[in-house]
Amino acid sequence: MKLEVSDLNSFYGPAHILFDVGFAVGEGEVVAMLGRNGAGKSTTFRSVVGLVSRRAGSVIFEGEDVSRLPPYEIVRRGLGYVPEDRRIFTELSVEENFEVGRQKARPGVAEWTPDRIYKLFPNLGEMRKRLGGDMSGGEQQMLSIGRTLMGNPSLVLLDEPSEGLAPKIVEQMADAILAMKREGLSIIISEQNLHFAKLICDRAYIIEKGRIRFSGTIDELEAHPEIRDAYLAV
Amino acid sequence: MELILVQALSGLASAASLFLVASGLSIIFGVTRIVNFAHGAFYMLGAYVAFTLTDRFSGALGFWGGLVAASLIVALLGALMEMVLLRRIYHAPELFQLLATFGVTLMVQDIVVLIWGADDLMGPRAPGFTGAFSLFGRLVPTYDLLLIVLGPAVLGALWLLFHRTRWGVLVRAATQDRDMVACLGVNQKWLFTSVFALGVFLAALGGALQIPRTTVTHYMDLSIIVEVFVVVVIGGLGSVTGAFIAAVLVSELNALGILVLPKISLIAVFLVMAVVLVVRPYGLLGKAERGVRASAGISFRPWKPMSQWERIGAAVLVASAALLPLFAGNYLLSVGSEILVFVLFAASLHFMMTVGGLASFGHAAFFGLGAYGAAFAVKFLGAPMEVALLVGPLFGLIGAVVSGWFCVRLSGVYFAMLTLAFAQIIWSIAFQWVEVTGGDNGILGIWPSAWASSPRGFFWLTLGVSVVGVALLRMLVFSPYGFGLRATRDNTLRSDAIGIDRKSVQWAALLVAGTFAGVAGALFAFLKGSVFPESLAIPISVDGLVMVLLGGIETVSGAVVGAIVYKALAIWLMSQTDLSKLVLGAIIVLLVVAAPKGIVGFIEDWRHRRPPAPNGTGPEAAGKSGTVGIAKMEAAE
Repeated sequence: MKLEVSDLNSFYGPAHILFDVGFAVGEGEVVAMLGRNGAGKSTTFRSVVGLVSRRAGSVIFEGEDVSRLPPYEIVRRGLGYVPEDRRIFTELSVEENFEVGRQKARPGVAEWTPDRIYKLFPNLGEMRKRLGGDMSGGEQQMLSIGRTLMGNPSLVLLDEPSEGLAPKIVEQMADAILAMKREGLSIIISEQNLHFAKLICDRAYIIEKGRIRFSGTIDELEAHPEIRDAYLAV
Repeated sequence: MELILVQALSGLASAASLFLVASGLSIIFGVTRIVNFAHGAFYMLGAYVAFTLTDRFSGALGFWGGLVAASLIVALLGALMEMVLLRRIYHAPELFQLLATFGVTLMVQDIVVLIWGADDLMGPRAPGFTGAFSLFGRLVPTYDLLLIVLGPAVLGALWLLFHRTRWGVLVRAATQDRDMVACLGVNQKWLFTSVFALGVFLAALGGALQIPRTTVTHYMDLSIIVEVFVVVVIGGLGSVTGAFIAAVLVSELNALGILVLPKISLIAVFLVMAVVLVVRPYGLLGKAERGVRASAGISFRPWKPMSQWERIGAAVLVASAALLPLFAGNYLLSVGSEILVFVLFAASLHFMMTVGGLASFGHAAFFGLGAYGAAFAVKFLGAPMEVALLVGPLFGLIGAVVSGWFCVRLSGVYFAMLTLAFAQIIWSIAFQWVEVTGGDNGILGIWPSAWASSPRGFFWLTLGVSVVGVALLRMLVFSPYGFGLRATRDNTLRSDAIGIDRKSVQWAALLVAGTFAGVAGALFAFLKGSVFPESLAIPISVDGLVMVLLGGIETVSGAVVGAIVYKALAIWLMSQTDLSKLVLGAIIVLLVVAAPKGIVGFIEDWRHRRPPAPNGTGPEAAGKSGTVGIAKMEAAE
């Protein structure tokens, strides 16, 4: 397994948010973490990267327990994170945003360069000097993903990449994620939108009120509409 | 006309050092979100170390090399302070960060005197720039021209550093969102340390460059820090270009203001700052602070009014204090009166700081205004003590009306910086306006009425006034107004949303705090029989802060306990050592790092120990211990 998370418990102050959350991502796999607003998807991702300081449980990445490491050490080991709200640097240009994300290449794997990212997201190539703050939501999402790729990760946590995007951009996003998969990247995506997940994912988990409620393939989920209705449909 | 031009040139030369120090402060704040009060101390250290080095190694290389080496040495000291002290408190509320760096400032003041002595030092002239040239028949030092060129040169170099190097791009990114930078694999620790070192280097260079122009003194830190605060408030914290524009503006106002208002040129600067704050609250090129954290309120334990038993306990304590004059001697009684004065002073600061979340670093302004108000009433009106004790608080109130009008437009660190600047301006007026205030000689002969003239009578007077004052402040905490004030402290957005007018509520808190501090100041004047500018000076403000912190920043009654313990300790310490600032600074730093909850906070923790939950898991149980505060802040971010 590329990433194996088990018995993850997280807290914000006195509030217990995640309860014994466990999931796994295989080598080169694209997995969905599905759940409604507030179900605990983002907290799960934040806990994996080390952004929630009060957490317990194990996070095994490429055979090593990284749960005690600070965020930058986890990221340097190749676990990339694209946050839900994109958090691009609005006062830095596209190129400078990429520069912040740049890390050493992984041995034996083609290095991500700005030029390769412009091939993945052609829109960005036309605005290399533009400030992050002057870009549309979809462009910012592309920039945020590209910035994380500059760190040459082997696994990426994508927190709601389709949120708030126009349908046409969502399609582009799905294509880009499939292209990343073809490059050999393992990916876990959090989503509220089952249709988007169906386009790109092999397997799915469903999280609800901080607990994993379902684990299986997309086909299994399709076969049990009652699960979808209980945890996903609004 | 010629005079104006020459003065303007001199102002530009002064702007160079001011810009260096202010840009350093701004850069550090941008990334670490810490306002480094010790920045003035590093400026001073830069000057002292440069003095020693240039004294030792002569010649052009010795001089210029000495300036740079001195700045590097001080930058190293700054990096050390960042690693040893600041790394422990990055997640603490900003009040603690301000206090810790303030503690370092105090320590450096005594250390400098220990190493270099208390006398002013004259540095060497700069080789190659010893002369002057004539302009309209007036002499302008060539060294001034060098400084005039240096300011923009440093601005340009900083711009290149921040836009053309990877390090600079990382710093700009971290200024906007440091957590995201960490999520991209950047080690924040070293980024912070290097930024801090650069900022301190700039401050030290600013100090070192001053040695050919002015004497090196052990109080140059406080004078520069006040000016620097004014500069960054005008220019906008975090903006280097803003710091440059504001440094030129302030220096020119100082240089030209002297021609118009020789004695109180500071007024011009203050007026300009007022205009800027009204038009652009975050400075000319500054941006609104994101995610402003309240200064206090790091606990989950809700405040409660006193229970029946606690009331009886308090009454017994007051009654036994009232019995003290029956067996204590005169010295002990006057010490007791002084402690009681500071109990009221600390309680008033506590009200705005803990209840209102408004950290003031200039609370001495109201204390001193109260003292001077009482003294004026006696001296100019011949008023009796009873009347003067009302005039003093009125002065405190008026001071609070004026400073509050400016201050409530800001929040957090801006608020704290502005309170300090305001207090320093009042202090310099009291110091310079000799005809009215007597300047350094103060006002003497402020004696109490006959019935309170004995130490015993005066003790009862202060006890009565202080107990009533503390009780009133406590009642305010649990009044509807107090609830509103606490709402603005805990969440500005939500209190706005339920219709609380934040500015008015906080302004009122300042008026209350200023008035009660004025009462304390007026009592102090009669206790001492005299008033001096020291009653307005920074040490009084710091005393108040330490009392509140020592007692417990997040408790309702901590200030009272803190004032009693601290004042008694300080009076004893003064009789034991000459290095009181060193000891005091060390105590502050230790308190912030090791015991941020204070005495009463500690006692309350002990009283409210909860038995471990029978089915509690590890992390859940840990949530009840001291780490709660930090976790809560993260949730809020």
